[in-house]
Amino acid sequence: MSQSQRLPDELPVGNSIDRGAPLTFTFDGRQYTGYQGDTLASALLANGVRLLGRSFKYHRPRGLIAAGSEEPNALVQLETGAYTEPNTRATSIELYDGLVAKSQNRWPTLGFDVGAVNSMVARFLPAGFYYKTFMWPASMWMTYEKFIRKAAGLGVSPVDDDPDVYHSTYAHCDVLVIGGGPAGIAAATAAANGSARVLLVDENNQLGGALLGTSDNAASLAYRDKALQALKQNNNVKILSRTTVTGYYDYNYLTAIEKVTDHLGPGNGGDAPRQRFWKIRAKQVVIAAGSIERPLVFADNDRPGVMLANAVATYINRYGVLPGNDVVVFTNNDSAYQVALDAASVGATVTVVDTRKNISAEFKASLQQQSIRLFEGHAISSVRGAKGIESVRIMGLSDDGESLHGQAWEIVCTCVATSGGWTPSCHMFSQSGGKLKYEESIAGFIPDTTRAKKSCPNLSAGSCNGVFTTSECVEQGADAGLKAAAAAGKPATSTDVAAFAVNETAQGAIAPLWLVPTVHPVGEGNSKHFHDFQNDVTAADIQLAAREGFVSVEHLKRYTTTGMATDQGKTSNLNALAIMANIQGVSIPEVGTTTFRPPYTPLTFGAVGGQESRELFIQERKTPMHEWHVASGAVFEDVGDWKRPWYFPQTGEDMHAAVQRETLAVRQSVGMLDASTLGKIDIQGKDAVKLLEMVYTNNWQKLAVGSCRYGLMLNEHGMIFDDGVTTRLGENHYHMTTTTGGAARVMSWLEEWLQTEWPEWEVYCTSVTEQWAVMALNGPNARALLQELTDIDVSNDSFPFMTMREGTVAGVPARIYRISFTGEQSFEINVPARYGKHLIEALAEAGKKHELVPYGTEAMHILRAEKGFIIVGQDTDGTVTPHDMDMDWIVSKTKIEYLGNRSQQRTDTSRDKRPQLIGLLTEDPTVVLPEGAHIVAEVHDQPPMPTIGHVTSSYMSPNAGRSIALALLQDGINRKGDTVSLRLMDGTVLQALVTDTVFVDQEGARVRG
Amino acid sequence: MFIINCPYCGDRDQTEFSCHGEAHIPRPTETAQMSDDAWGNYVFFRTNPKGYHRERWLHTHGCRRWFNALRHTVTDEFVTTYKIEDPRPPLPTESQTSSDGRQS
Ligand SMILES: [Zn+2]
Repeated sequence: MSQSQRLPDELPVGNSIDRGAPLTFTFDGRQYTGYQGDTLASALLANGVRLLGRSFKYHRPRGLIAAGSEEPNALVQLETGAYTEPNTRATSIELYDGLVAKSQNRWPTLGFDVGAVNSMVARFLPAGFYYKTFMWPASMWMTYEKFIRKAAGLGVSPVDDDPDVYHSTYAHCDVLVIGGGPAGIAAATAAANGSARVLLVDENNQLGGALLGTSDNAASLAYRDKALQALKQNNNVKILSRTTVTGYYDYNYLTAIEKVTDHLGPGNGGDAPRQRFWKIRAKQVVIAAGSIERPLVFADNDRPGVMLANAVATYINRYGVLPGNDVVVFTNNDSAYQVALDAASVGATVTVVDTRKNISAEFKASLQQQSIRLFEGHAISSVRGAKGIESVRIMGLSDDGESLHGQAWEIVCTCVATSGGWTPSCHMFSQSGGKLKYEESIAGFIPDTTRAKKSCPNLSAGSCNGVFTTSECVEQGADAGLKAAAAAGKPATSTDVAAFAVNETAQGAIAPLWLVPTVHPVGEGNSKHFHDFQNDVTAADIQLAAREGFVSVEHLKRYTTTGMATDQGKTSNLNALAIMANIQGVSIPEVGTTTFRPPYTPLTFGAVGGQESRELFIQERKTPMHEWHVASGAVFEDVGDWKRPWYFPQTGEDMHAAVQRETLAVRQSVGMLDASTLGKIDIQGKDAVKLLEMVYTNNWQKLAVGSCRYGLMLNEHGMIFDDGVTTRLGENHYHMTTTTGGAARVMSWLEEWLQTEWPEWEVYCTSVTEQWAVMALNGPNARALLQELTDIDVSNDSFPFMTMREGTVAGVPARIYRISFTGEQSFEINVPARYGKHLIEALAEAGKKHELVPYGTEAMHILRAEKGFIIVGQDTDGTVTPHDMDMDWIVSKTKIEYLGNRSQQRTDTSRDKRPQLIGLLTEDPTVVLPEGAHIVAEVHDQPPMPTIGHVTSSYMSPNAGRSIALALLQDGINRKGDTVSLRLMDGTVLQALVTDTVFVDQEGARVRG
Repeated sequence: MFIINCPYCGDRDQTEFSCHGEAHIPRPTETAQMSDDAWGNYVFFRTNPKGYHRERWLHTHGCRRWFNALRHTVTDEFVTTYKIEDPRPPLPTESQTSSDGRQS
C-alpha cells in the first residue's frame, strides 16, 4: 500500500521520521506501512486514511483533529487479547512494527454503521437525554443501561489478566519542570545552574515541544539540540520523556505516568516494565505545559478532514505528511498563516478564510507569493462530504459575527485547518488549587499567580502562561527556573540561558468568534456545530441547557456532558463557556470555569498499582500453625488480613457436612481451634487497673492475680465497640484480648486516651498479638487431653473456670487460660509463637485417642451462637448498647466514671423498645433464615412494609438439632414467646418464635464441669 | 498529599498520619451530673470552621504519638504542629492568610 499523502524525501520536512526504517501495521484488518518515528495517527494520515471512528452519541464519522494528547476523536482499540487497550489516542501511539488497531464504536463496519441512525433521529437525542428519559422508575435503569452501553460505548475492556508488569516509584527534587518545550528546557537549564536537583518531564518521545513542528526546522532544532545537550551533561538534571504529569496534589505532590516500553509493542519490553508510575515530591514546580489550539465551531465542523491548524503543520513538518492536497485554512487569528504557508510550500493548494478584515499588507504579500487566495471577513457556512470533507461553502461574515451575507463560494478541499485561538494549558495550575484569570488579549484563561495555593508553590512559564513567541517562552522559562531554584534554597550560580535568536513574527490580535453562524439559526436545519467532539456535544445543546436553566458552569457541564469525556474537554471547554456567555449576555469570566481534575490524560490502573498486585496487593497474615492447617486440608477464610481455617473437610465432605461434623464433635468429645489471631495487648504499670476501669463497663478493682474476666468496651456514644477477656498476670500486669478484627482499633483506643487525656498515668500498652500462638481446646474431653501434655494440675478444683495457670505444655512454656467461647470445658493454650507448630502437632498426636477434631471459624460461630454469645460487628453494628444486647449484667451499677457511661442515660439510648437481641426459632426447624432477613410488623404483597428488626446470626445447629438464629427486634426482650413474620427477598414469608438467646445447655453447667 | 511535621519525628508524608478532629476538648469530669445537652455537646458537637482549625493528629505509621496541629481547612496550610501538653498557638493574623483562604 502506497503512502499517498507522504511528502517526497526531497522536501525539507519529516524531521521526526526515519524513512530508512519502514514499519508494517494493521488498522481495521488492512495492512499499511509507515516509518519509525511516526505516530499511528501520522501513519494513517500518510496512507490517506481519514475515517478513524464513529462518534459517541450520533455515530458520526470522525477523523483526526489534533496531533497531540489533546486529540478528542481518534480513539482506537489498540492490540488484541490480553494486551488490548480501549480508547487510546492514535496521536499518542508511537508506531511499531506489527501494531494492530481497530476503530471503535461502530457496528458492523466503520464505513457502514447501523448506529448512525442515531444521527438521523438526533432531534430525539438532545442534551440531558439520558437524565430525562431514563430517570424513572429507577428499577428500569438496569435494562436501559445495557442498551445504552451497547449502543453508545467507546472501546472494549480486556477480559484477560493483564500480562504486563508495572512499576511505581518515588522521586524527590528541588525543581520539577512540567513540559519540555522551549519554556521548560529554559527553566530546567536556569534552575540547574546551581546545585538544585531538577526533574524535567515531557509527555512526548522527543523534547522540544513547539520547536519540533515549526517550518524553520533547522534553526529551531539546532537551538533545541544545543540546550538539551547541556542539560544532559548536568548531573543535577534528570529528564523523563514519554512521561505525562497526571495529577498535582497538595504540598507539591505530583504523579506522572512514564510509558517505558509501550513504543516497542506488546511483549517486547524485555525486563523493563510497560509503564512506570512516578510519585514526585518537589520543593518547587515550574509549569511549562504549553497551550492547545481551539477549533472554530462551524456547521458540521466534525467532518473527517477538519483539523486544528497546528496539527496540519505538525503532520507536514514533523512527519512529512500532507493531510490534504487542497487545504482551506479557517482562522480568526494570525497563528494559522504560517500553516497556510507551510502547506503551500510543500505543494498544497491553499485558501485562507479569515473571519477578520483588514489583514496586514505583510501577510497578504507572503500569501500572494505562494499563490494563496485570501478571503477576509468570511466564514465557512457549510461543508460537503460525510465520511471525508469534499468542499466548503464560505460567505461574508457580518461585523458582529452574528450573521452571513453576500455571495456563497464553494471551495473544493480535502482538509480544513481551523484555528480559533490558543488555550493555555492551565490544568496543572488549577489542580494545584490556583485560580485563573481571563486574559482578553489572547481570549483565554491564564494562571492568576496572585491566587496560587500557598502549600503548592509553583510558577508558570511560556504559552501556558499566555505568551506565544518562542523567544518570550524562553525568557519566561529561564526566569521561572531561576526563581524556583532560589525558592528551593539552591539558587543558580549563573543566570546564563541561551536566548532564542531566530526571527519570529509577533502574534497579532485575535478576533474571538465563538460560534460561526450559518444561514439557518443554530440548532435548526440538519447541520451541527460541535464543540465537544468526544462526547458529541453541540452549540444547540448549550442553548437547550440555557433555556432549561442549567446556566451555572457546573450544571452546564453535567447537563450537556461537555468536557466530561476522556479528553476532559481540552479542545472544547473554553468554546462551551464562551457560547454560554454569549447566550446569557455576560462576559466569559462571569460564567467561570469548571475545575480541572486529575488525571490529565487517562492512565491504566495497572500502573497506579505498580508492583502491588496479586500476592503483593495485600500482605497476608498467617498464624504459626498455618502449615499444619494447609497440610490438614483446611479451607481458609479471610478475617481482616488473616488467613484463618474456615473448616477442615474430610474426603467427600462439602462445607455443610464438615461444619456440622466439627460442631457436633466439640460438644461430644473435644475440638481444637487456632485462636492465635485474637488481639493481645500486654498492659503494665501502677495505673493499669485505672485504665481497665475506664475502658470496660464492669469492675476490675477486685480481680485477683491469676484470674480472668470478660469485658465490654463502649465508645463515648455508649455503643459497644469491642469485647474480650482480660487476665491479671501480676500486681500491675494484665493480658488483654480483643476481637481479631478489633485488635488494632483497641490498641489505638488505649493509646489515644492515655496520651491525650491521662498522660500522667503510668501505664504501658504493648501489642503482643503475634508473640503468642494460641490453641483453644474445647469439649468434655479437653481436660483429659490437656492433662497428658502439661505439668499443671488441670483438675477443676485447682484450675477453675476463669483463671490462668503457667507451666509447660508439650515441653514448652505456656500460659493456659480457662475461658470459653463455646460454653464447653475450655482451655486456651498460649505458647511463644515459635512453638505454635510444635504445640498443634503435639495436640494432634495426643488427641487421637480422644477423637480430637480440628475445627474452623464456621463451627466456632455456630458453637458460640448456640450459647448466645455475641460477635461484635456481626450481632452489633455500632448502634447497639449493652442493654440492647441484653447484657445489663456486665454494666457496673456502682462505678461512676467509664467511657460511654453517661451516654447510656441519654434519652435515645435509654428509651423503651429499642432493637434488642433475642433468639429466633423458625416454625420449620429445617429452614435456616438468611442473615440480614427483615422482621416485618405487617406482611404486604409488595414492599414497603414496616420493619421491626433483622436477623444478625443464623445457622443449622447440630447440637440443638434444628436451625437457630439471633436477631435484633424492637422491644425484643419483652416479646419472648411471640411469633413474628420475616419476609425474604424472594417474597417468601416465614414465621419464627421469639426466644431466649441460649439454645444449648441453658443452665451453663458444662463450662464449669 | 500533605507533608506534616510530627513534633517527635519531623516532616513525614500524610499517608503516615490520621486526623481525629477538633483538639482541646477535654473529657468532662463528674459526667453523672451533666445535663443531656452538656453531654451531647461533648460527644456530638464540633466546630467546623472554614479557616484555621486546631485538630488532633496521630502519627499512626510512625512513632504512634498523638499531637495537635493548627491547619487551615481551605488552603490545607499547616501553620504549626505541637505536642499535646503544649499551649494553644495563636491564630495567624489576617495578613498572613493566603488570599484564597480568608477566614469567614
Ligand atoms: Zn512521629
